[in-house]
Amino acid sequence: MIVEPIVESIKAAVPGAALEIVLNPSPSAQHSIVVDATHAVAVAKHLRDAVGLQFDYCSNVTGVDWLPKETSTTTKVKRMVDGVEQEVAEVTKTSTPGYFEAVYHLYSVALRHGPLVLRMRTIDREQTHMASLTPVWRSAEFQEREIFDLYGVHFDGHPDLRRLLMWDEFTDHPMRRDYVDPDDYEYEPTAHAEVLERARKHQEGAPS
Amino acid sequence: MIDEQLKSELSRQGIFATSLQELYNWGRKSSLWPLNFGLACCAIEMIATTMARYDLARFGAEVFRPSPRQADLMIVAGTVTKKMAPQVVRLYNQMPEPKYVISMGACAISGGPFKQGYNVLKGIDRYIPVDIYIPGCPPRPEALIDAFLALQKKIDAQQLTGADRPRHLNAELPSEFVVPQFGEHDLEPSKNAELWNAPLVQISTTTGGQS
Repeated sequence: MIVEPIVESIKAAVPGAALEIVLNPSPSAQHSIVVDATHAVAVAKHLRDAVGLQFDYCSNVTGVDWLPKETSTTTKVKRMVDGVEQEVAEVTKTSTPGYFEAVYHLYSVALRHGPLVLRMRTIDREQTHMASLTPVWRSAEFQEREIFDLYGVHFDGHPDLRRLLMWDEFTDHPMRRDYVDPDDYEYEPTAHAEVLERARKHQEGAPS
Repeated sequence: MIDEQLKSELSRQGIFATSLQELYNWGRKSSLWPLNFGLACCAIEMIATTMARYDLARFGAEVFRPSPRQADLMIVAGTVTKKMAPQVVRLYNQMPEPKYVISMGACAISGGPFKQGYNVLKGIDRYIPVDIYIPGCPPRPEALIDAFLALQKKIDAQQLTGADRPRHLNAELPSEFVVPQFGEHDLEPSKNAELWNAPLVQISTTTGGQS
């Protein structure tokens, strides 16, 4: 889908919405729109109801855990060193905080177009609230619950935000990148790589 | 015990002689009532085993009961997730003695392809005693029938008296096992230590040494 006219349409309908286009450099060229959490519901309603868009079907919602990134760029700068002008390489480091992301795939059954990829992000990995789009697309209900379960993202406005797969007493979020799984690696007959190390720790304690 | 030769001699004369133990074991092994529940794709093979093509009824085990109170065989057919494990143990506890367990397929034995997942129990034998293991992913119906025959052989060979007598005849042995609780990170306890201990395995690699 060509996203630029859709972005223009949203900007006209929802003033103040912060939109950003994320380009997909692959041949599929499925560019996506990042929408801010405060305007997300209004944007979603527009996408669903506007004539010519009519994205009436949300097929898929996925969570993504983006870790903090540190990028360093090297620039050559001319500088005076000991009275002589020299070219010195200067490294500037920029760190971007990590965040959680929910990715919505939208189709229009009425107009037979799609998918439109809509993304929503949290501010960082501590502040985990974002807007629920379940009031707009009912099909997002279970998938948002799954993201809440596995990533710990809280969807404000969700009618029934409970864990979906893990039990209620569970406190971790297994799909987070920093999740540490329980150490029940006592018996690993075909241990390899990382598993081998974890199994060996149990073996050392056991009587031989 | 009756002499085998005498027994065959008597049967030729139209007299049937047996021991109480043989009769008791024959009765138990010939009418196993499995509990009607499946957990994953192995259950499909289990269903196929009971249907016309493989016909488990030939071995006296076609009466699948929907209640644990009426069943004496549990076929753990499929992946046991940690969320499901307490229910499986509770069902086992609700079955009356004598009761048997067939651990069907790679998942029920060890976790199978999901062994290193956070959410799959690494073998149902961590919580309940298992009589017969059938490997396979999933095992074919023939393998399940073979497990039934192996279980029947096992029952047939049981001595009703003495130290090796089966659990249901020994009041000191437990017939119910600890139901794990949902913990904050894992099931608690993560295994029944009285029942299951990690078998010692030799882990060797080409790069590292042995441990």
